[in-house]
Amino acid sequence: MPQVVVDVVLKPEISDPQGQAVLGALGRLGHSGVRSVRQGKHFVLEVDGDPDEAELREIAETLLANPVIEDVELHLPTD
Amino acid sequence: MRIGVITFPGSLDDVDAARAVRLAGAEPVSLWHGDHDLKDVDAVVLPGGFSYGDYLRAGAIAARSPLMADVVAAARQGLPVLGICNGFQVLCEAGLLPGALTRNSHLHFRNRDQGLLVERADTAWTTSFTQGQRIVVPVKNGEGRYVAAPADLDRLEGDGRVVVRYVSTTPGSGVDGNPNGSSRDIAGVTSADGRVVGLMPHPEHAVEDLTGPSTDGLGFFTSVLTAMVAA
Repeated sequence: MPQVVVDVVLKPEISDPQGQAVLGALGRLGHSGVRSVRQGKHFVLEVDGDPDEAELREIAETLLANPVIEDVELHLPTD
Repeated sequence: MRIGVITFPGSLDDVDAARAVRLAGAEPVSLWHGDHDLKDVDAVVLPGGFSYGDYLRAGAIAARSPLMADVVAAARQGLPVLGICNGFQVLCEAGLLPGALTRNSHLHFRNRDQGLLVERADTAWTTSFTQGQRIVVPVKNGEGRYVAAPADLDRLEGDGRVVVRYVSTTPGSGVDGNPNGSSRDIAGVTSADGRVVGLMPHPEHAVEDLTGPSTDGLGFFTSVLTAMVAA
């Protein structure tokens, strides 16, 4: 069954305290080379038949992400 | 006057909101998220809680529930709507209010009595206050950090759409004013027409001396009675 992946991250201008908490942990663990961490969400959708890009884009942009504060990337299956 | 209080799966403060409506002198009417029926109410309150578990984003799924389609349509016609905490998140997700609510900057749930500065006393939900009045109302949230793009924040401030701002509860007490890192200490905003108001603090928990830090919260519920008479 075709899998469609949707990645959602906060826009660069919106601060991400969860990512900063991870960054702090990395520093304490000795990984001092990591300069920043942004945390996001990764959705995997299994769809019937050929993915309908327009419909999937609508799902991604109107429900899975909040376009006010988040950027969204849609990854359709490649063959 | 009939004021509807919507119950979503996961709403927690719908009964408190209905009680506040009754104490303010109006008739609370229970509304169910899955219906398409506003029951001819004169105003609507969206209560606090964790609608649909907030599993996707706070308020995201509730904003797309059947009844919210009717609320959005009615609000665009001027129906007064008050969103409290989770209700504020729902109103932002529904596009009735600008901005969004995200994880608190310190990542902790914060609950405490909170000082607020009333900046707009001419919305449908704040006429019982005076501009510049300081009030105390509880806050309790984990995703209460109000954010928007800097340009949008400038526009909001320029248009005077910040209704209440966080201030220290007791000046000089050392208690920080802003409980969650909200941009520019914004605690509540309004729609362009002043009929829709969303705020993170919980006025429904400050309506009786016995159970609240003040009775300041009652003012939000009495305001809409006057607003309806005027309209």
